[in-house]
Amino acid sequence: MRNLTFGLILTTIFAIGALVSFVWTPYDVTVLEIANKLKSPTADHWFGTDHFGRDIFSMIMVGARTSIAVAIVAVVIGMGLGVPLGLAAAARKGSLLDEVIMRGNDLIFAFPSLLIAILITAIFGPSAVNAIIAIGIFNIPVFARLTRGAALSLWTRDYVLAARVAGKGATRISVEHILPNVANLLIVQGTIQFSLGILAEAALSYVGLGAQPPTPSWGRMLADAQTLIALAPHVALFPGFAILLTVLGLNLAGDGLRDVLDPKLRVLR
Amino acid sequence: MLRYAIKRIGSLAISLIVASLVIFACIEVIPGDPASFMLGINAQPDTVAALREELGLNASLGARYLSWVTGMLSGDFGTSYTYRSPVAEIIGDRLWISLPLALIALGLTVLIAFPVGILAATKRGSWADMSVMGATQLGIAIPNFWFAMLMVLLFAINLRWFSAGGFPGWEHPLAALKALTLPAIALALPQASILARVMRSALLDTLSEDYIRTCRAKGLTQRQALWRHALRNAMIPVLTIIGLQFSFLLAGAIIIENVFYLPGLGRLVFQAISQRDLIMVESVVFLLVFAVIMVNFAVDLAYAWVDPRLRGRS
Amino acid sequence: MTLLSIENLSLSIRGIPILRDVSLSLNHGEILGVIGESGSGKSLTTFSVLQLLPSGTTCQGRINLLGGDVLTKSEQALCAMRGRDVGMVFQEPMTALNPVQTIGAQVAETILIHEPNTSKVDAMKRAAHALTRCELPQYKFPLSRYPHEMSGGQRQRVVIAMAIALQPKLLIADEPTTALDVTTQAEILDLLSRLVREDDMGLMLISHDLAVVSDMAHRIAIMKNGEVVEEGGADLHRTMTHPYTKALFAASSHQPERNATPEDKPLLEINDAIRDYTLPRKSLFGAADTFRAVDNVSFQIKRGESLGLVGESGCGKSTLTRAILGLEPLQGGTILLDGQPVGPAVRRKMQVVFQDPYGSFNPRHKVARLVSEPFHLVGRKATDAEIDEALISVGLTPADKTKYIHEFSGGQRQRIAIARALIIKPELIVLDEAVSALDVSIRAQILDLLADLSDRFGLTYLFISHDLSVVRAITDRCLVMQSGKIVEEGDTERLFTAPTHPYTQTLIAAAPTLPEP
Repeated sequence: MRNLTFGLILTTIFAIGALVSFVWTPYDVTVLEIANKLKSPTADHWFGTDHFGRDIFSMIMVGARTSIAVAIVAVVIGMGLGVPLGLAAAARKGSLLDEVIMRGNDLIFAFPSLLIAILITAIFGPSAVNAIIAIGIFNIPVFARLTRGAALSLWTRDYVLAARVAGKGATRISVEHILPNVANLLIVQGTIQFSLGILAEAALSYVGLGAQPPTPSWGRMLADAQTLIALAPHVALFPGFAILLTVLGLNLAGDGLRDVLDPKLRVLR
Repeated sequence: MLRYAIKRIGSLAISLIVASLVIFACIEVIPGDPASFMLGINAQPDTVAALREELGLNASLGARYLSWVTGMLSGDFGTSYTYRSPVAEIIGDRLWISLPLALIALGLTVLIAFPVGILAATKRGSWADMSVMGATQLGIAIPNFWFAMLMVLLFAINLRWFSAGGFPGWEHPLAALKALTLPAIALALPQASILARVMRSALLDTLSEDYIRTCRAKGLTQRQALWRHALRNAMIPVLTIIGLQFSFLLAGAIIIENVFYLPGLGRLVFQAISQRDLIMVESVVFLLVFAVIMVNFAVDLAYAWVDPRLRGRS
Repeated sequence: MTLLSIENLSLSIRGIPILRDVSLSLNHGEILGVIGESGSGKSLTTFSVLQLLPSGTTCQGRINLLGGDVLTKSEQALCAMRGRDVGMVFQEPMTALNPVQTIGAQVAETILIHEPNTSKVDAMKRAAHALTRCELPQYKFPLSRYPHEMSGGQRQRVVIAMAIALQPKLLIADEPTTALDVTTQAEILDLLSRLVREDDMGLMLISHDLAVVSDMAHRIAIMKNGEVVEEGGADLHRTMTHPYTKALFAASSHQPERNATPEDKPLLEINDAIRDYTLPRKSLFGAADTFRAVDNVSFQIKRGESLGLVGESGCGKSTLTRAILGLEPLQGGTILLDGQPVGPAVRRKMQVVFQDPYGSFNPRHKVARLVSEPFHLVGRKATDAEIDEALISVGLTPADKTKYIHEFSGGQRQRIAIARALIIKPELIVLDEAVSALDVSIRAQILDLLADLSDRFGLTYLFISHDLSVVRAITDRCLVMQSGKIVEEGDTERLFTAPTHPYTQTLIAAAPTLPEP
């Protein structure tokens, strides 16, 4: 319970920051003020300024948008494709369909999202959409495997047999009986993939495969800060803490949710 | 055992073929004409034609795929467009930084995670368990490249124990290892946090199995039951995670190289992308996927070593 | 001298009292049967002898074993005691062995733990001896076997070998045969009796089954709600005075009253049914083998009849059941319900009740939705009146329809399962081990309910069970199945009193029987 509360508070703070940034930020992050560059934190600039004199606090607020949006869309892609695939594979266990889905999953697991991003970038050039696609594709097998595993054990339950005796088909049983009983697991795993998505987005932006300037993103800010780390450590500290705390918050919320919903849930890490 | 191994080798071969097809399709089919793509919009038609000839693009798709694969099998990855030298040579040099880095990190991950996970499981609910598990929460949440930057700030810039980056080459083994130490730690700690948590929960799961109760009824202490019986059974989920982690470590290595200015595959591939050196990108990606698939194959064999049920009766 | 005496044992888990003033005693060479329904505290009583209890448990009283009080022993002394002075056998042989170690290593471990100076070779020799004593001879079951290469009964023998390897003075067996088939059960019980005789061991045998214990125990204790309500000799069925003991004996041999008379017309006809399974290929290129689970089975059920189908696990009765329900295809033969092949048109004339009262319902749906599921076959939603009627007919109330399944006990859930089967007014109800998971007193009530329903609605039952006494109590006619074939068929009473097929004879001889009062 404590985990859940603390995790939700942390997550909410960043979500609110991201939402507020659409209408208001302490400073305009598109205005460069070179004269004001690399200022240490002060009362005016709580987190100081970067090498272009932009307010880091405002940048972090705007950067939260990118991180959260990329991670959420990637989870939606993963769930939207992975869950139906997992349900279908479980409903036709041992069939060719199951085999193809599971082999496909194994194959994607051999391509970490970074490699997918490298391939996409090599073809289409870098963008935030790349990050979404790369992380989203990697999420598909995670949800597919999880759903299939949980669904397989549900398919042996007598209530599924009873539904089959009542003449219900595989699709209907999957929707009526299987999906509601894997929902808890999916919610918890969704939180975990959300947090992993934020980490992955940061890493991709850091190496230049994600959000491109001028879109502020936490990973990009850290890449810019790297050469200045000896000169102005605060430029590197705050974006890193933003990532750390958001991910920590989501993980704690996920663990807390699992404890509340069902402590025996088996999630994938 | 033999049957299991043959089956695994079969699926290994299929994975490799499909992976190579996917990569080939991404690089050589989707972008249209690779030659004009590599040369940019303003290229002269005859330059493009010359490059097409040089890259062998005038052959059919199937023939190109076959020559790519057979080339790789004989160690010939083609010629880099930007470096004007064999890709295999360039990659070979760089591989000797990225691969050792990932392997050292994997070793560190296991070395840290096993004792920590076992300690937490044996002292479940204790002060030690709580603090270790709290620390792993932080470890999971920290981005490895940021952690690397913090370590550079502390150990290289402030304490001056390590140099901030660069690689002296393997001719100086000790210096080389030293240059890889901070990057390996930065890679390993977050993964070790995950693995320690998996180890702990896998152990706790097996400790609640019926056969542990049987062992206790035989007169084993809780500790003996854990070391002699629970640990080996807990290895099955742990091995799965180690297999997955290798791919994250390899990908992570590519990113961490940027922090420490290590001339590994990561720097090579990012340069190749910006210079549109598609053959290079293709080869590096395939090599990395190959490594991941091979490690997963090794994990499959390790399963059979741990679990006699997979071996079957021979 | 008494081997074990439990004096005024009280036990609570996190402050909740579980056992109250339990007193039991056991002598060398004696078998004490402890009987109780679920929640009676019989298992916790035995676990407290070994002090293998869940965390947060506190015990009061005395447990004297070989002159020392177990409750005052240190953990170290307890470990020295477990396995050397006391051996234990558990209920579930499939999970009681470490799957990644050989049986030899696991049996030898008992010896090595307590006698660390023994060489590994000697320990293995003694392990082989212990296994041989448990009827697992080396030429058939070498020490290098892994548990997954053995059947449930064989694994239980390994567990017993582990428990008796050091010839302990006391053996505790917690429902050692509940998970096993009736013939295997008889063998294991014989084995335990023999070991008790040979080693002059005391055996504490815990069971829910009066018949199992009555056959072999010297003394019997009856437990209920954490207390021993009555204790007596092997003739407890004659000397019993406590009403609960009497109720338990009555429920165990309960014979529901049935008045329905079957018509001559067949409702279900099965002709030459064949079901083959494809086995995994042995080699990469070899042809796949098939396993014939149902082999040329033919029989009929008359309208209004109650037909029993008995057989041990793996005999094909579950496969046959699923084929009748239309859940599995046949490779040959026909199944006709009311003269028509089983398909959408006639499917609504047949419903099913499964064994597990806990796994039979989707935990996320309310009772009204659970019960009305078969209406999918009718093509419309159930009306409130129909749901109410179904619930009332199984002894529940209409108010129950807004509850979730976790609010009901096992017996109530089985009533809901019957309501679900009844709601579309089928003619045939397939009862697949429908009372096997229930305590005897609940089982008696459900059997009464089934008998009553068949009288009221003219239902036809196909009653599938491994439990011969239940089948005998509720059916008119009975089929015996072995290795996919029906080996004997006949009127239930005749079949049980004068079986003709050798397999039927073995089955009936192996089934434990209650003593006649």
